[in-house]
Amino acid sequence: MTDNVVVTPRNEAPPILAVEHLTKTFGSLVANDQVSFSVKQGHVHCLLGENGAGKSTLAKCIYGASRPDAGRIYFKGREVAFSSPRDAIRMGIGMVHQHFVLADPMNAVENIIVGEESTGALLNLQAEKKKIQALCEQYGIVLDLDTPVAQLSVGQQQWVEILKALYVSVDLLLLDEPTAVLTPQEVQSLFSIIGKMVIDGISVILITHKLHEVMNISNEVTILRKGKVVDTVPTRGNTKASLARLLVGRDFDFNVHKEKIDFGPPALEIKGLTVLRDNGSLALQDVSLNVRQGEILGLAGVSGNGQAELFETLVGVRKAEKGKIRFAGVEILKESTHNPEAIASLGLASVPQDRLRQGLIEEFTVQENLILGLQDSPSYSRGVSLNWKAIKSFASQAIQQFEIKTTGPLQPVGQLSGGNLQKVILAREVSKPIKVMVASSPSRGLDIGATYYVYSRFLELLRNGAGILMISEDLDEIFNISDRIAVIYNGRIMGVFDVHEVDRETIGLYMAGLEEHEHS
Amino acid sequence: MFNEFLQADMLISIFASAVRMGTIVLFAALGELIVERSGVLNLSVEGMMLTGALAGFLVGYFSESLWLGVVSAALAGMLISVIFALLAIVFQVDQTVSSLTVNIFAAGLTFFIYRTVFPDVGSQGTPNLVPFSALKIPYLSQIPVLGELLFSHHAMAYIALFMVLIIWFYLYRTKSGLILRTIGENPRAVDMKGISITLYRVSAVLFGGLMAGLAGSVITLGSAGVFVADITAGRGWLAIAIVIFGDWKPGRILWAALFFGFIDALQMQVQALGIKLPFQLFLAMPYIMTVIAVFLGRRRAGAPIALGTPYVRE
Ligand SMILES: Nc1ncnc2c1ncn2[C@@H]1O[C@H](COP(=O)(O)OP(=O)(O)O)[C@@H](O)[C@H]1O
Ligand SMILES: [Mg+2]
Repeated sequence: MTDNVVVTPRNEAPPILAVEHLTKTFGSLVANDQVSFSVKQGHVHCLLGENGAGKSTLAKCIYGASRPDAGRIYFKGREVAFSSPRDAIRMGIGMVHQHFVLADPMNAVENIIVGEESTGALLNLQAEKKKIQALCEQYGIVLDLDTPVAQLSVGQQQWVEILKALYVSVDLLLLDEPTAVLTPQEVQSLFSIIGKMVIDGISVILITHKLHEVMNISNEVTILRKGKVVDTVPTRGNTKASLARLLVGRDFDFNVHKEKIDFGPPALEIKGLTVLRDNGSLALQDVSLNVRQGEILGLAGVSGNGQAELFETLVGVRKAEKGKIRFAGVEILKESTHNPEAIASLGLASVPQDRLRQGLIEEFTVQENLILGLQDSPSYSRGVSLNWKAIKSFASQAIQQFEIKTTGPLQPVGQLSGGNLQKVILAREVSKPIKVMVASSPSRGLDIGATYYVYSRFLELLRNGAGILMISEDLDEIFNISDRIAVIYNGRIMGVFDVHEVDRETIGLYMAGLEEHEHS
Repeated sequence: MFNEFLQADMLISIFASAVRMGTIVLFAALGELIVERSGVLNLSVEGMMLTGALAGFLVGYFSESLWLGVVSAALAGMLISVIFALLAIVFQVDQTVSSLTVNIFAAGLTFFIYRTVFPDVGSQGTPNLVPFSALKIPYLSQIPVLGELLFSHHAMAYIALFMVLIIWFYLYRTKSGLILRTIGENPRAVDMKGISITLYRVSAVLFGGLMAGLAGSVITLGSAGVFVADITAGRGWLAIAIVIFGDWKPGRILWAALFFGFIDALQMQVQALGIKLPFQLFLAMPYIMTVIAVFLGRRRAGAPIALGTPYVRE
């Protein structure tokens, strides 16, 4: 992406943190299995692993937010056993959690100082604000300290989280997937902040599942797979490919091999679409997009910019104020067709963002969920009864193809893990006759193998003449398989680009709303 | 009659009594504000007030010390709030269910105790005591108009007004107040600093009970001088509505309490003047006001985000 952050570690420094044989279980699930690794003083140490590998659990154990079942943790040369994060904070450990932990209506200053021991019983907000401003200057963070954090951008909220950790002057900072919600520019800013921390002597544990980030910033990397440490290796001397092999456990080809497909006429046409949020504010303003047959249109944008409402309008659960949506020769915003059933029967398949609440019925079995919405199709029913034999054989096949981890077709779907829930939905949706697929973050929570399997199914849909609208925050995903990229910001389309004629930085700028672009 | 009604001194007396009526609910509303700011929805203010009203009356009656009555009312309100705290926070029973339990319990308990202590009520006349008299502040109470409006109330009214300042200062200027507000918005943010959510929420509920108890004592010791079943007559509910109408902010809650105190005072004046309106209307007044308050405050912009949600560590 861009230059490596220059970090000059002292080589023979003793480890600031050493974890030995740490085990943490949830019921029968072993989230961390005999994990051992150590972090050198003043280094950036990456924890790399796929979703569910146990990275967050490990971080929480180190931070005292979760208690390990077994194992030892040494910090600054002493064995520690934190019973609460307060102990960890006192010793100089800070953590930025995977999901924001902020009080929305309160400003950055209040969010940063709340519960800190250094403040007196009576607050001196002016003095605290000055102190935080000084920190911002020191690390080159630009942040409005007076507005409620809910009104800050996602990137700025991340700075608040980081300032929370820096405010107490940490020696070791744990960052749990801090880049997941950031634009490329913000990731770059974050990395330069990390660089400054390291110069100040802070050691950093950066959790990620993105290989290019590991290559970009870390000194060492520990790879976790299914709760176990695969290896700890120095970053220098490794490549993305060699790390990927450790991550996945076999050689892996990251390129999506797309054959040349001639795009057909539009499969989905959105014109001048205006949609309101539940609270009456504008979610989408005059949005126009085309998805042609045989192409993937990637819709990039930081979440909360209208993507959810667009998805809901397309599948027929949210009303539009203005505009037209045409697909399969039908104007679907009409009263008679704008409902989920009619739209699905016209050939629109969808993968929602919140799979468990919008895409599945928890109490139903895997096989029931796999044919949800298809129960009337002749393949699975005979008259008024269901053809369980056909359903079961379809389910078994889907379980195998998508490598769904389940005890079998009869297991209630609510017992599956996040990644496997997604696989159930995808298996169901791609089995339908599809003209348009609308997918929201299709690979979120999937491991690499499953992700590429999903992509290969997408390519098959394209070959059969379908068009795909893929909504995603993840620029890796967007650039990996899109033909064209549209950027949404604040409910507007900022521009539409051919994937070969645009780079990540440009898309990042549009995602941050920095440039308005004429679109046709 | 209406001419009389509109006379200046009549108006002043209505406003003065608005302040008096307002302070009753003000105590309870400020207590509920602290409870709700911690993210707990306590709907048993009515029951806690009723308990305070009885305890205040009984102790005041037998000890012949009004202040001892006030202190007992506060303690009794706190004691009954322990039940709510245990149910709703420690055992994480649904907060509405916990509230209902306490309300029903308090209504039954107060009636039972009162009849046990005074078995002959009715035949012997209702036991009564001499309530707080107005504390006319020297010189200031002599000022025309303002004197009667602001400086001629009983001591509890001044305490209530002073509490607004204290609560405001606590919420916005102290470390503990900031923690409490944060717990109401996102308890995890505080949990991750190793601070006990349970401790804060239980303390908030106990404080709410104390304030509701005080509010109850203002009814029996500050104006009525007697206790009858259900003497709070919906003012506990009104206090909850005032918190909503006051958008969970101390200053606005003060104005809301005074506004509804004014309506309360107005209806009493109308009643006193013998203007013919069905008496059921007056009985319904606190409830009608509750509806109005919730309706006017329905935007709920200031509502704590975690309000009503038990905290479970993930
Ligand atoms: N509180 C919990 N209760 C039960 N299972 C959990 C809990 N937290 C995490 N897990 C499980 O532990 C495994 C590791 O999760 P996590 O540490 O979040 O992985 P990662 O951060 O690497 O994506 C997952 O299978 C997850 O479902
Ligand atoms: Mg995680």
